Amino acid sequence: MEKNAIIDLKNISVTFGNNQVLKNLNLYIRDKEFITFLGPSGCGKTTTLRIIAGFIEPDEGEVIFEGKKINGVPPHKRQVNTIFQRYALFPHLNVYENVAFGLRIKKVPEKQIKETVEEMLALVNLTGFNKRNINSLSGGQQQRVAIARALAVKPRVLLLDEPLGALDLKLRKDMQVELKNIQQRLGITFIYVTHDQEEALSMSDTIVVMDGGVIQQIGTPLDIYNEPKNAFVADFIGESNILDGVMIDDCLVDFSGHRFECLDKGFGKNEAVDVVVRPEDVDVVEPEKGMLCGVVTSVTFKGVHFEIIVDIGGFKWMIQTTDYQPEGAKIGLFIEPDAIHIMKKSEYSGIYGDYSSFSEEFDELSNAEEEVEE
Amino acid sequence: MSNRSSLKTKLIASPYIVWSVLFIVAPLIFVVYYSFTDASGAFTFENIEALGKYIPTFLRSIWFGIVATIICLIIAFPLAYIISQKTEKVQRTLVMLVMLPMWMSFLIRTYSWMALLQDTGIINSFLGKIGIDPIHMINTEGAVILGMVYNFLPYMIMPIYSVMAKLDRSMVEACQDLGGNGLTVVRKCIIPMSMPGIVSGITMVFVPSVSTFYISQKLGGGSFDLIGDVIERQFQQSYNYNLGASLSLVLMVLILICMAVMNRFSGDEEGMVI
Amino acid sequence: MKIASKVYTALVFLFLYAPIVVMIVFSFNSSSSTSVFSGFSLDWYRVLLEDEATLRSLYNTLILAVSSSLIATVLGTAAAVGIDKFKKGIPRSGVMAVTNIPMMNPEIVTGISMMLLFVFVGRLFSDDAVLGFGTLLIAHVTFNLPYIILTVLPKLRQTDRNLAEAAQDLGCKPASAFFKVVLPSIMPGIITGMIMAFTLSLDDFIISYFTSGPGFQTLPVAIFSMTKKRVKPDMYALSALIFVSILLLLILYNIAQQKSDERSKKKQ
Repeated sequence: MEKNAIIDLKNISVTFGNNQVLKNLNLYIRDKEFITFLGPSGCGKTTTLRIIAGFIEPDEGEVIFEGKKINGVPPHKRQVNTIFQRYALFPHLNVYENVAFGLRIKKVPEKQIKETVEEMLALVNLTGFNKRNINSLSGGQQQRVAIARALAVKPRVLLLDEPLGALDLKLRKDMQVELKNIQQRLGITFIYVTHDQEEALSMSDTIVVMDGGVIQQIGTPLDIYNEPKNAFVADFIGESNILDGVMIDDCLVDFSGHRFECLDKGFGKNEAVDVVVRPEDVDVVEPEKGMLCGVVTSVTFKGVHFEIIVDIGGFKWMIQTTDYQPEGAKIGLFIEPDAIHIMKKSEYSGIYGDYSSFSEEFDELSNAEEEVEE
Repeated sequence: MSNRSSLKTKLIASPYIVWSVLFIVAPLIFVVYYSFTDASGAFTFENIEALGKYIPTFLRSIWFGIVATIICLIIAFPLAYIISQKTEKVQRTLVMLVMLPMWMSFLIRTYSWMALLQDTGIINSFLGKIGIDPIHMINTEGAVILGMVYNFLPYMIMPIYSVMAKLDRSMVEACQDLGGNGLTVVRKCIIPMSMPGIVSGITMVFVPSVSTFYISQKLGGGSFDLIGDVIERQFQQSYNYNLGASLSLVLMVLILICMAVMNRFSGDEEGMVI
Repeated sequence: MKIASKVYTALVFLFLYAPIVVMIVFSFNSSSSTSVFSGFSLDWYRVLLEDEATLRSLYNTLILAVSSSLIATVLGTAAAVGIDKFKKGIPRSGVMAVTNIPMMNPEIVTGISMMLLFVFVGRLFSDDAVLGFGTLLIAHVTFNLPYIILTVLPKLRQTDRNLAEAAQDLGCKPASAFFKVVLPSIMPGIITGMIMAFTLSLDDFIISYFTSGPGFQTLPVAIFSMTKKRVKPDMYALSALIFVSILLLLILYNIAQQKSDERSKKKQ
């Protein structure tokens, strides 16, 4: 166990009815870090959060807080506080009373309550909103009240369950920056749950990628993006072309009928592997100069770049380029050794990473489904 | 998993569950028990056999109930629609006016209909003044049905209104937009969409109409015995609890069957009950 | 079309209010007839106020309505909170089916079924008549309960599931989380249910008729025995008084409602 771990989850398993939601999960969380549980709906991220909060008792395993086992300790005795998905503000209390709620329970003197509430409202930029009715606030303001309310009781760890899910895109971006600032200013641990990979990448110190009740990968945002452990992680975070390949030797891999130099070592000779190439790492060149050659099947203008789908021997690649290529054009692709990432085969091999059925609309639809979490 | 305190929370429903077993379920068991025993408590089919005599009464009750329900529906549907089209403030006032009579003793209101309908009553003396011969109204089938319609009309208006008030206006507009004229809009949009209200309105009027006993005594003059009257007499005059229980049992079963049929109908949207 | 709908509305309301108008007019009749108006007088109001039996039954009715609606509110709210946690399936639909029985069953059947229970159990314990305040109270609580449960349950469903958790998260024990947070947010539903139960109990005749004894009569039961004979205008006077007081209450309630609506609009 890490020395400065504040929370340690050991061999946690949870089953709802016939559905095993968490399978032998092991994870430690460092003090003062911003850690994000990232995954699609039903991956177990919210369940993990609720175990830490004390709303769910794991069927097996230990929850350790600062070296002490806290299984069976009820939520109101834990030094962690939660920001709920739909905020769960108390509708019969005004802004001031909502923020003061936890302090009143602790029987803090009235004068001190007033100070803390004012301080917290200032922290979330809601000074002067004391007497406002909860229902008269906008979604963003309600969100801020929820943050102030949770922080007012000075938790050691703040749990955030998809807190920005209900906000529109612009507000979400602003709140991301603000949350990160608050976390750094207060120097407390944030455990953040989201299914939005961009959010996770831009805010976190550590990301825990989960799927099917199992942790797929733990690492910094850079690690997760650049060195995904398997096809699931590669596909879930960012866009990826994932191809079947064979490791010929250290630093030499064969895929799409071509041998490429790469930087990965330590695989067996002729071992079958998954190869990840990010769309932005591919250079478009003249057909005769390319390592691979293909025909453009669709072009979408994205503002910063064009997103083109290229058919190479039946496999559809996604490539991001700033040079316009017309549909039907024959182009060459050039891939640098450091643009290639090799992964061991996994249960996710072959499911992800081909853009033949790619459509924006479909992507949005599946996102909308994810909003309905557990 | 064990969700904390959810078991404890469930437990606080237990006083109610005990209460409902003692005072909802047990009394119904007693109805069945009394139906199949005689005054000494011995098992018998006598009460059930005696029911044959009352078949015409049952049929009359059901017939009156159906007629009263249909009239209520015909009166209530347009009124509910009219109310639902008003501004919120007017709606509130009109709804209050619909409910207000229900807060008064229905016995007195029914009794004052007697004063209106009598041969020498208020309506006839008014007719006499404008030179029309008196009309015999009291102690007719019509008077009994009028009493039912009068007493239970609000129960039909309210549920239909509350469904209509929640209807999305743009849905009606979409229907008009797709080419429906006035009547088609009503038939194809408004009626199907207010079906839940209509169904609960029908239930709320039909059940008390079929089982009433006061209205028929006062406005029917005792010549149109309904099943409620017969049951009431078994308990308050002839003290034949066993026969009364078996009559109630049959009434209950009949109404359950009617409800089941209703729910079947409301399942498909086109299936109007009338 | 506009005029037709106005005329239609007016006719329906004429129908609904005709007997009430008759009643109010004849409560001022100087003779004892309820169909021939012979002159204005307040005699029947005086007669009413001197009629101890009627006033007694009015008092009984109020006591019964207050106590039965309070008991039903406590019992029913607790039940709704528990039922809300029941998983979908046989336990939940079973409880809900039983809850619906008093609402679906004809009142006369509910009345006689309880009467049979009371009489049967009463005979086991004593020779005296058991029907009285106790049996009336049980009967009224029983038919009030479904209305409380069915107004509180939807309110519970509307409240954020996480409210109680949020309160616990901030340091409340589970029980105090309920009283501090969940109860206030379902309060409107509880109050609506309680008012409904109170008026139902006030107005109930059929079930009371079968479950009350000569020792404790409610107003509707007393009115019933009076309408068996010829009704005198004092009953009309009583009804007119009840009508006017309900009307006033409703108007006051509406004004209060409108004021609070305006206030909340201003705030926004």
